[in-house]
Amino acid sequence: MNLTSQDYQVLAPYILLTAWACVLLLVDLFIPKERKSVTALLAALGLAVTLGVTLSQVGIEQVGFFNMAALDGFSTFVNALLLVSGILGIALAHGYVKRMGIERGEYYTLLLFSVSGMMLMAQATDLIIVFIALELLSIPLYVLAAFARPQLSSEEAGMKYFLLGAFATGFVVYGTALVFGATGTTSLAGIVAAAASPSTSTLLLTIGAALVLVGFGFKVAAVPFHMWTPDVYQGAPTAVTAFMASGAKIAGFAALLRVFATAFPALAVDMTAVLWALAALTMIVGNVIAISQTDIKRMLAYSSIAHAGYILMAFVPYGNPAVRDVSIAAGLFYLVAYAFTNFGAWGVVIALEKKEEKGLAIADYAGLGRKHPLLAAAMTVFMLSLVGLPPTLGLVGKVYLFRAVIAGGFTGLAIIGVLTSLISAYYYLRVVVTMYMKEGEPETVRETWLSLTTALTAIVTVVFSLLPQSLFEWASTAVLKLF
Amino acid sequence: MTPNLILFLILALVAVATALGMLFSKNAVYSALFLVLNFVTVAVFYLLLGAPFIAMAQITVYAGAIMVLFLFVIMLLGAERLPDTHVLPWQKPLATVLTVILALESTYLLWTKARPSGAVLPPGAEVNTVDNLRAMAMTLFNDYLLPFEVTSVLLLVAMVGVIVLVRREKGQKS
Repeated sequence: MNLTSQDYQVLAPYILLTAWACVLLLVDLFIPKERKSVTALLAALGLAVTLGVTLSQVGIEQVGFFNMAALDGFSTFVNALLLVSGILGIALAHGYVKRMGIERGEYYTLLLFSVSGMMLMAQATDLIIVFIALELLSIPLYVLAAFARPQLSSEEAGMKYFLLGAFATGFVVYGTALVFGATGTTSLAGIVAAAASPSTSTLLLTIGAALVLVGFGFKVAAVPFHMWTPDVYQGAPTAVTAFMASGAKIAGFAALLRVFATAFPALAVDMTAVLWALAALTMIVGNVIAISQTDIKRMLAYSSIAHAGYILMAFVPYGNPAVRDVSIAAGLFYLVAYAFTNFGAWGVVIALEKKEEKGLAIADYAGLGRKHPLLAAAMTVFMLSLVGLPPTLGLVGKVYLFRAVIAGGFTGLAIIGVLTSLISAYYYLRVVVTMYMKEGEPETVRETWLSLTTALTAIVTVVFSLLPQSLFEWASTAVLKLF
Repeated sequence: MTPNLILFLILALVAVATALGMLFSKNAVYSALFLVLNFVTVAVFYLLLGAPFIAMAQITVYAGAIMVLFLFVIMLLGAERLPDTHVLPWQKPLATVLTVILALESTYLLWTKARPSGAVLPPGAEVNTVDNLRAMAMTLFNDYLLPFEVTSVLLLVAMVGVIVLVRREKGQKS
């Protein structure tokens, strides 16, 4: 049995990025300490080249490496989104790490490894690969969260993320073991086949699937597995948080979508109720607790929990073949909207953050509208998008999502979604009010890449909301290869 | 009683006894040594099952490398003696509940899976036949090639991460 070029084609983006990261690890040693921007540029270049390869794969559908990984519309879409997130993450980090005095070449290499793990997760068609990819994306994130060492809050963030992340991984492994015990295989295709046979224990399979769900619930910060999120997001360096909030979420949801929609359609009856409750709880708790936050990083952390709830809505009708594809497309669309808005909002936070964790209170944004009108305008766009108000991508995303959920027959969940969005308007718009209505002298930093990222994400957030159809059509082609 | 069964019973007794000894020993070094004995007993189990490769891997990796690491850490931290006080008051009730759950689970599994028709064989079941090193290598480097290769990347990343976290920059105080 030999590997063919088809195998390599399936994992071409992953292989390319991993190889690039390994080489960069060595090249970085020869780059002098004060010129680490070169490393950042090389890392971004690696992501850009991989993005090119990924885009050249649109429309190809294949499996490879003995059915361990698949290349399909879904994985291509998610990979492209992850690579863009990686580039944005580097653009945000470049000036920030320098300013905070934590610049090291390994930052960019670890980020590349993390993105490669995320991509592998989106392509995994075997639970073993899901597990290894989960670790490959998480371990660099643990290290990055603690990157501002010996700053205490960053060390705490890294430690907390590591301990709870390892705990969550335990759930995934245990769930995988039970699924294996029930079906005798870890391959998603094999699980589907085994689930159809009457001799398979449905109880074991259900418990296994539920444990896998718990593990991923931790990773995407769904309530009640969200406890780590505020502390980790607050303590980690802000540029890391921005990347973590988007990248880890995209990858986690991608893996959940693939595992549940392809391997566990037989469990849809039981799982739908669980997912329903999880989504509703996440939306309510995230939004309600966010109201009382005075620190912008904590507020955005709870906001990210709340958005995990909205994205979870896309999972609820997964067992209904009539609406499954459209709800997956709506979920992917929402992930795109969330990723861009999220990077933009964190970019503004980075622009105002000063050393020793100063400039992070919402009150510090007072007077931004007068002093830096463009930055304040960008922040307004991001806040509107997070609420889901026009003219932003956030609104379109929510419309598609609610429509899909209602089509699936879950009107109650859509109503909870609308109501919690109304609640969220209070704390998002409070930032806007502080910026424009209150007096203050905020100081910001000017960095080319940071300004470019913020401007770009703001423009994308507005412009794509005016022509959402093309993006949604692309998301609709991103259907999963089913077995 | 076949000789194999007698051997198994003796070994099982040793395995359980050493596991208990590890749990109840107040001295962490004794615990570690009990664990070594336990690992070796399990290795003999593998031999009984006709899987010499796993048996040897068990001895070299677990009883060898990992235990050296354990002992090293124990001695480095000077944690040979455990304090007598119970730090977590709710630990005992919780442990009782979890034990009961585990017992119920095991009973259920034995009850449902003990039927001969429902036996589940792992994908590498041929590993346990003669010539099993070859069979194992074939499985590892064909079906499981991708996880194997990605794991090596994973270990590299973990190593880089650890070095990043503990390395002291020039001019930086500890």
